[in-house]
Amino acid sequence: MAITLRINGEAHEVDADPATPLLYVLRDDLQLNGAKYGCGLGQCGACTVMVDGEAVFSCVTPIMLLEDSEIVTLEGLGTIDNPGPVQAAFIEKQAAQCGYCIPGMIVRAQALLQKNPAPSDDEIRSALSPNLCRCGTHTRILAAVKRASELMQSNGAAAGRGEPA
Amino acid sequence: MRQDDTGLRVSRRAVLAGTGALVLSFASRDLFAQHVPPTLPNGAEAPQLPGSLQKTPLLDAWIRIDAEGRITVFTGKAELGQGIRTALIQVAAEELEVAPEEIELVTADTARTPNEGFTAGSQSMQYSATAIRHASAQVREILIAEAARRLGVPPGDLRAEGGRIVPPQGDPIGYGELVFDQLLHVEASPDSKLKQPDAYRVIGQSMPRVDIPAKVTGGVAYVHDLRLEGMLHARVVRPPSQHSELVDVDTSRVESMPGVVKVVRDGDFLAVVAEREFQAIEAMRALADAAQWREKPNLPDQDRLPEALQALEREVGTVAEAGSPSFSGQVFEATFTRPYQIHGSIGPSCAVAVANEEGLTVWSHTQGVYPDQDAIAEMLGMPVERVRVIHMEGAGCYGHNGADDAAADAALIATAVPGRPVRVQWMREQEHAWEPFGAAMVTKVRATLDANGRIDNWAFDLWSNVHSTRPGGAGSLIAARHRAESVTPPPSRLQITQAGNGDRNADPLYVLPNKRVLWHFLPDMPLRVSAMRALGAYANVFSIESTMDELAIMAGADPVEFRLRHLEDERAREVVEVAAERFGWSSEPLPANRGRGFGFARYKNLAAYLAVAMEVEVEPETGRVRVVRAVSAIDGGEIVNPDGVINQTEGGILQTISWTLYEAVTFDNTRVTSVDWSTYPILRFRDVPDSVEVHIVNRPGQPYLGVAEAAQGPAAGALANAVRNAIGKRIYDIPLTRERVRQAIGV
Repeated sequence: MAITLRINGEAHEVDADPATPLLYVLRDDLQLNGAKYGCGLGQCGACTVMVDGEAVFSCVTPIMLLEDSEIVTLEGLGTIDNPGPVQAAFIEKQAAQCGYCIPGMIVRAQALLQKNPAPSDDEIRSALSPNLCRCGTHTRILAAVKRASELMQSNGAAAGRGEPA
Repeated sequence: MRQDDTGLRVSRRAVLAGTGALVLSFASRDLFAQHVPPTLPNGAEAPQLPGSLQKTPLLDAWIRIDAEGRITVFTGKAELGQGIRTALIQVAAEELEVAPEEIELVTADTARTPNEGFTAGSQSMQYSATAIRHASAQVREILIAEAARRLGVPPGDLRAEGGRIVPPQGDPIGYGELVFDQLLHVEASPDSKLKQPDAYRVIGQSMPRVDIPAKVTGGVAYVHDLRLEGMLHARVVRPPSQHSELVDVDTSRVESMPGVVKVVRDGDFLAVVAEREFQAIEAMRALADAAQWREKPNLPDQDRLPEALQALEREVGTVAEAGSPSFSGQVFEATFTRPYQIHGSIGPSCAVAVANEEGLTVWSHTQGVYPDQDAIAEMLGMPVERVRVIHMEGAGCYGHNGADDAAADAALIATAVPGRPVRVQWMREQEHAWEPFGAAMVTKVRATLDANGRIDNWAFDLWSNVHSTRPGGAGSLIAARHRAESVTPPPSRLQITQAGNGDRNADPLYVLPNKRVLWHFLPDMPLRVSAMRALGAYANVFSIESTMDELAIMAGADPVEFRLRHLEDERAREVVEVAAERFGWSSEPLPANRGRGFGFARYKNLAAYLAVAMEVEVEPETGRVRVVRAVSAIDGGEIVNPDGVINQTEGGILQTISWTLYEAVTFDNTRVTSVDWSTYPILRFRDVPDSVEVHIVNRPGQPYLGVAEAAQGPAAGALANAVRNAIGKRIYDIPLTRERVRQAIGV
């Protein structure tokens, strides 16, 4: 059964069981690497994407719920040659070790910064708390989100890349 | 087994240094086979070659330059998220006199790279970077020599710069123009003309990690992201507990599910293959429901795990001994415990394999492509040369996680669907329950002080197994154990080595006139374990550093001063002093419910030195502990990429905080019950320190000392000591849970 999903500003017709979690459609049908399988239980945040501006766990969100939604993944925030401000901040702060959790961190940070362009340290911690990191990159991740907030504000473009079209 | 190369080989001579007298080494059947050092005529051993050159001496096994001057560097080590790829590129770029961007690095692949065993034990810099550094320097000198020969000038008149050899007059010659077939197909010489620290352009600079941009923008970065033409998805169905037998399984319903290609059963090994990933997951669930297992309730009572471990003792080894320890008067005596803990990779293990007419190819995030190649070949009864294992990154592993087992799963399943690549991804509960755990341990310390407040007697007893159960042979692999034709793991043996294992860092670096350190050896463990970051050093240093603070209190001494009293090694003293100074160490009282603590060790007593001070706050009502700040100092010899070292050390400290405050595998008498992040909680952002500082004591020109595991033991000690300082009571058991803290306070 085909379902149409709007992902990173483009419509995709997906032929999959409507109960399929979005994560598998992103990774397997659309070959998008950003969202990662971490737990399949909504406990770690490696699979985080934005749905209508909210950070959600794609591993527990069936596609049947998403037909009229605007989905943004890591890939929608920028490219390797033209990274978005949050991605650029993570590169600048070298906020990755293995990096497996980082896409989820970036997307969750993007969702935070779109709503709250100048979050306090506590607000950043609180927003990121659903996401787990095992390498111990936490302090760099916090610094990168802070830096992203500065970059987005100085660009005068909190609404820059990644804002749904 | 792989045969060592015994083909024609011309003995090495001092070849380089611009004489142009190149002696070629001919045609090994297997370029990367383990190398037997040549024996000199009088029977004396040839001089030791630096790092991994000893095992793989041919320069072109490490460095190749094509006619266009493109440089490819080969390493048998793997990127695990520790940043080794970047550091190795820096080292090669330095000695080859090119920009780092000019280097292409090929990592662990049994068809292409040297065999450097496992990427483990914080040894990649000592072995691989040292080999690449020397090989690069020797290649540079060969190129200079070749240019000198062609130009008819002394080599000393030439210099290498930007991929060219530059003469005093006339046009530079590009590296690509100088190389010809066998030019670099020579054995390394023991001595290299290494650049001196004052001439470094790249070493010692914080180079941004080359792998990060792709990782943060959705590039193909992990084996999880590998998609091959016609690839199928598989899931394994693991037994509900370790020692289960598959009694019966009706596969008919599963076989008729949408997309299912095949159910694979071999003894107790059960898996399903489907066209699409979520189909494989649904089929896996149905197959799990259909399977009937016979379980054995043979696990010990978790509450009495320390006693159960001690009862498994079969042998005692002496780790260290000095003087004649005797205990009378005021004796400090304590028992410390560490539970089973998990590596807990955020991405469960994954592998892709394809079996076709060329043989079997496996893409894996294993730490050892060559050992895996042997183990998988043995499991499948295939000639080893028909199996190729290629490393692709996984999520951080911190030791031996499910990677090798997932590779074996994929290999076994791929042989059941020949011609089509198969991707196997473990589920979260499988990674939690089936990765080999970090080993539970018990330690017991006794110590006394002399009249001057110095330690005079010290006894340290540890109960542990061998921490590493890596392949090895096929018996290390779950799939091989579960197959009908089951392979059992080799028995483990007590071995006392310099680097240590369960006994790693059991012998303190402190000066102790009378000491005895014993390893009470457990050949078997109730739960499967294998190497986890720092091995025994984590529990041993936790115990030693906790004891050091208790002894400092007995001596009425400041904990930092007390450590310095017992340290003669100047480099050890320096990291202690730097950490204390940068932290602002003092004996000034802190506000209520705050505490400070200190920890120090030299990893393995031969790798990096690390000291760390921590400040914690404790909520007495809840028992919650939060580290407010951590300040560390590390001496890892010459530092190639300072930010890489800082990143690894920050990570080591934060991961240790998580292990030490929250983490324990739980089990009932049959099954592991910590199977996800709610039953096995780890550090979350709300509990992250305000700051973690890493100060590098750099030693340009000194040998590389592994840094990646240096923080584990000292950070555990510093944390436990800070909690002790905050609440006035010692907690001897890891993890320092809220319950234990409340209990200690008496709330």
